[in-house]
Amino acid sequence: MSEHIVPTRVYYTIFGILMLCTYLTVQIAVFDLGPLNTIAALVIAVLKATLVVLFFMHVKYSTRLTWAVVLSSVFWLGIMLALTLSDYLTRSWRTFG
Amino acid sequence: MARVVHPARHYLNDGYGISSWLLTRDHKRIALLYLAAVTFFFFVGGAMAVMIRLELATPVGDLVTDETYNKLFTMHGVMMVFFFLIPVIPAVLGNFLVPIMIGAKDLAFPKINLLSWYIYIIGGLFTLYALIAGGVDTGWTFYTPFSTVASTTNVVPTALGIFITGFSSILTGLNFIVTIHRMRAPGMTWFRMPLFLWSTYATSLINVLGTPVIAITVLLVAAERVFHFGFFDPRVGGDPVLFQHLFWFYSHPAVYIMVLPAMGVISELVAAGCRKPVFGYSFVAFASLAIAVLGFLVWGHHMFVAGESVYSALIFSILSFLVAIPSAVKVFNWTATMYKGSVSWETPMLYAYGFIGLFTIGGLTGLFLAAIAVDVHVTDTYFVIAHFHYIMVGGTIMGYLGGLHYWWPKISGRLYNEGLAKLSAGIIFVGFNLTFFPQFVLGYLGMPRRYHAYPPEFQVLNVLSSAGASILGVGYLIPMVYLMWSLRYGRVAGSNPWGAVGLEWTTSSPPPTENFAETPVVTWDPYEYPAADLEGHVA
Amino acid sequence: MPEAVHHHHPALAHHFDDLAQQKEAATLGMWVFLATEVLFFGGLFLVYSVYRAWYAGAFAVASHELDVTLGTINTAVLITSSLTMALAVHAAQLGQRRLVILFLVATMALGAVFLGIKGVEYYHKFVEHHVPGPSFAFEPHEYARHAQIFFSLYFIMTGLHALHMVIGLGIMTWMLWWAWRGTITAEYYSPIEVSGLYWHFVDIVWIFLFPLLYLIGRHA
Repeated sequence: MSEHIVPTRVYYTIFGILMLCTYLTVQIAVFDLGPLNTIAALVIAVLKATLVVLFFMHVKYSTRLTWAVVLSSVFWLGIMLALTLSDYLTRSWRTFG
Repeated sequence: MARVVHPARHYLNDGYGISSWLLTRDHKRIALLYLAAVTFFFFVGGAMAVMIRLELATPVGDLVTDETYNKLFTMHGVMMVFFFLIPVIPAVLGNFLVPIMIGAKDLAFPKINLLSWYIYIIGGLFTLYALIAGGVDTGWTFYTPFSTVASTTNVVPTALGIFITGFSSILTGLNFIVTIHRMRAPGMTWFRMPLFLWSTYATSLINVLGTPVIAITVLLVAAERVFHFGFFDPRVGGDPVLFQHLFWFYSHPAVYIMVLPAMGVISELVAAGCRKPVFGYSFVAFASLAIAVLGFLVWGHHMFVAGESVYSALIFSILSFLVAIPSAVKVFNWTATMYKGSVSWETPMLYAYGFIGLFTIGGLTGLFLAAIAVDVHVTDTYFVIAHFHYIMVGGTIMGYLGGLHYWWPKISGRLYNEGLAKLSAGIIFVGFNLTFFPQFVLGYLGMPRRYHAYPPEFQVLNVLSSAGASILGVGYLIPMVYLMWSLRYGRVAGSNPWGAVGLEWTTSSPPPTENFAETPVVTWDPYEYPAADLEGHVA
Repeated sequence: MPEAVHHHHPALAHHFDDLAQQKEAATLGMWVFLATEVLFFGGLFLVYSVYRAWYAGAFAVASHELDVTLGTINTAVLITSSLTMALAVHAAQLGQRRLVILFLVATMALGAVFLGIKGVEYYHKFVEHHVPGPSFAFEPHEYARHAQIFFSLYFIMTGLHALHMVIGLGIMTWMLWWAWRGTITAEYYSPIEVSGLYWHFVDIVWIFLFPLLYLIGRHA
C-alpha cells in the first residue's frame, strides 16, 4: 500500500542516479559503438523509467494489482512491437516464386 | 414465486425533469441515456443499410451513384461499428448491471461515467456533421494513402469523431475494471461473479489496452492530411501497410469488444433458461480472458494480401486458429448446460438459441479466413462481409436483444408482450439468415465488396439478400414498439419474474437509486438453482 | 438528490464504504489510465521503430539537427520536476500544507521552463524549414525525403508530450487550489498522489524520447 511513507532521502538518492544516468547517456552517444549505441541508450532509459516507476510512483510499495497493471501495459506494448516487427524484419527474407 | 409488487420509490421516479437525467450520476439512468443514443445511431446506420440493399437489388448502379454508394457503406460501417456495436452491450446492459451484479451502489467513478456519455455524444455529433457535410468515402477502415492523400471527402471530422468516442470506451472500460476490482460486496469473490461480469471485465481490458492505439492511429491520419506530415505516405518513404498494422491492432480486438459481452449475456440467459449452473463455470470465465488476450495476437490476418511478409502471415494465421479454442469452449459449455435441462422457450432463450447457431457459423467461417490460401481467394469478397455480419449482427445484436428482453422487467419494472416478442425474435432470425447466407455464396463465387454494380448472374442471390434485409428491418422495428408500449401498459413485473438467481433479481424492479436497501452479503455460488427447479420449470 | 447523511469525512463519496476504498479506487483508476497512455505513445514508438530500422542513415543525419544542449537541459528540468512532485506527495502524506504548496509551485515552474525551452526549439525548427510539409527543406538533399519522416515523428511525439505537460500544469493548478483551501490533509491526500502519478508518467515518456530523438548519430 502507498500508506507507506518513503523517507525523502530515498527521493534525493533516486534523483541523483537519474541525473547521473542522463549525463552518462549523453556522453556514451558521442562514441561510435555501432549497434551498441542504441542498446546502451535504451538500457539506460529503461533503467531510469524503472527507478521512476518503483520509487517516485511508489510501485515498490504497492499492491500486486498495481504491479499487474504496470506489467500488462508493458507486455501489451511488447505484443504490438514484436508482432508488427515480425512483419518488417522478415520482409526482406527470400520471397517464394 | 415472489410477490409481484411495483415499488413506490425507484430510480426512475427519483427526480423528474430534463436535468435530473442529463446531470445524473446514477449508473442506471446513464445506461438509459446510452440506450437512447445507441438506438438512434443504430437506426442511422440501418438507414444506410437500407439504401445499400436497395441499390444492390439490381445489377446496374441505378439508385445512387458510385460515389454516393462509397459514402453509404462507409457511414454504415462507421456508425454501426464505432457508435453501435462497440458501446451497445457494455454501455447499456453493462452500465445497468455491473454495480447491481456485484452488490455495489454505483460504479467507482459516477461522474466519469456521465462524462463518457457526453464524450460519446460529442464524437457522434462530429461524425454526424461529416455525414451531413457530404459524407466520407474511405470505407470504415480509412486505409492510407487513399484516406490521407486521395480522398476529397470529410475524413478529418470522421476521424476526430472516432478519436473522441474512443475516450468514451476507454473511460467506461476503466470504470468497469476499477469497479469490479474494488467495489464488490462482502462475500462476492471472483468465482461467485456472474459470467456476464467476467466477459465485461475481459472486454474492458481490450477497451483499455486497444482503444488508445486506434486513437493515435486516426490522429496520425489527421496530421498527415492537415499538416502534410509524413507517416504512411509513400512519397516520403512511408509504408501504408504500417497504417493497417496500427489500425487492426485495435480493430481486430474490437470484434471481441463486440462479441464478448454478448457471450456474457448468453451465459446468463442459458443458466436462467435451463435453471442450472453454467457447465464448467471457470472454463467459461477463463475463456473470456483467453479471448481477450489471444484476440490481440491475430490482427495480421487482415493483411495477408497487403504485402505483409509471408513469415509474419504464417504466425498470424496459426494464432488466429487458436482463438477458435476458447470460443468453442463457450459454445460447447452452453450446449452442455442445456443438455438434459428443462430448457425454456421464452423470448430471451430464443435469442440465445439464435446466438449459438449464428455465432457458430460466423466463427467457423472465420477459420476459412484464417487459412492463408483460402483467404487469398475470398479477400474483399462478400464472403468476408457475410462472415463478420454473422459475428457482429448474428452474435452481438442477438446477444443484446436477448439481454434487453431478459433484463427489461428489471430496467422498466414492466413485462412486455411475450407473443409479439417471440414473433419478432423469429422474424429477426429468418430475416438475418436470408440476408447474409446468400452473401457467403456470392463471395465464394467471387462478388467483390464495395461495388454498387455487379454482373447479372449474381442478381438472384442479391435479391434474396435484399428481401431478407427488409424482413430483418421489420423484425428490429417491432421490439421498439412493444417495449415502449410496455413502459406504460405492461404488466407489473415484480422483482423476479423469471425466478432467476443473481443479485439483480433480489432487489426491486425497477431498483432503488442506490440499488439495494442494504448492502448484500453473498454466501452462495453463482447460478445456485434449487434442485426442485430441475424437475420442470413453469413460466 | 436524496442523500445519505455524511457521517464520515466530507471528501467521502456516497457510494464508497470508507476513504481507504475510495483511495484504492482512485489509484487503480489512474494506473489503468496510464496503461492506456503507454499504448497511446506506444503506437508512436512503433512507427518510430519501423522507420528508424529502415532509414537509419537519414534518421542519424536529421537527429543531428536537434539541439542536444537544450534537450539535455530539458531532461534535467523534467527530472527535477519529478523530484519536487514526489516531495509534494510526501509533504501531503504528512499534512504539511505549506510544503505541499511550495513543491507544487516548484513543479509547475519547472514544467513551464520545459515548455518554454521546447517553444524555443520549435521556433528554430520553424526558421530552418524543418517543419514537414510543403515548405520543408533539408540538406544534404538525398536524405530530405526520409528526414521528413523523422521530423514528422519529432513534432508529433514531442507535441503530444508537450500537450500532456500542459494538461499536467492544469491538473497541478487545480491541486494547488485544493491544497491552498485546505482540502488536502494527511487523511485525504490521494488527489495529489494520483496527479503525481500522471506527472511522473509524462516524465517517463520524455526519458525515452530524449535518447531516441536527440542522441542517435551523435558520433557521426
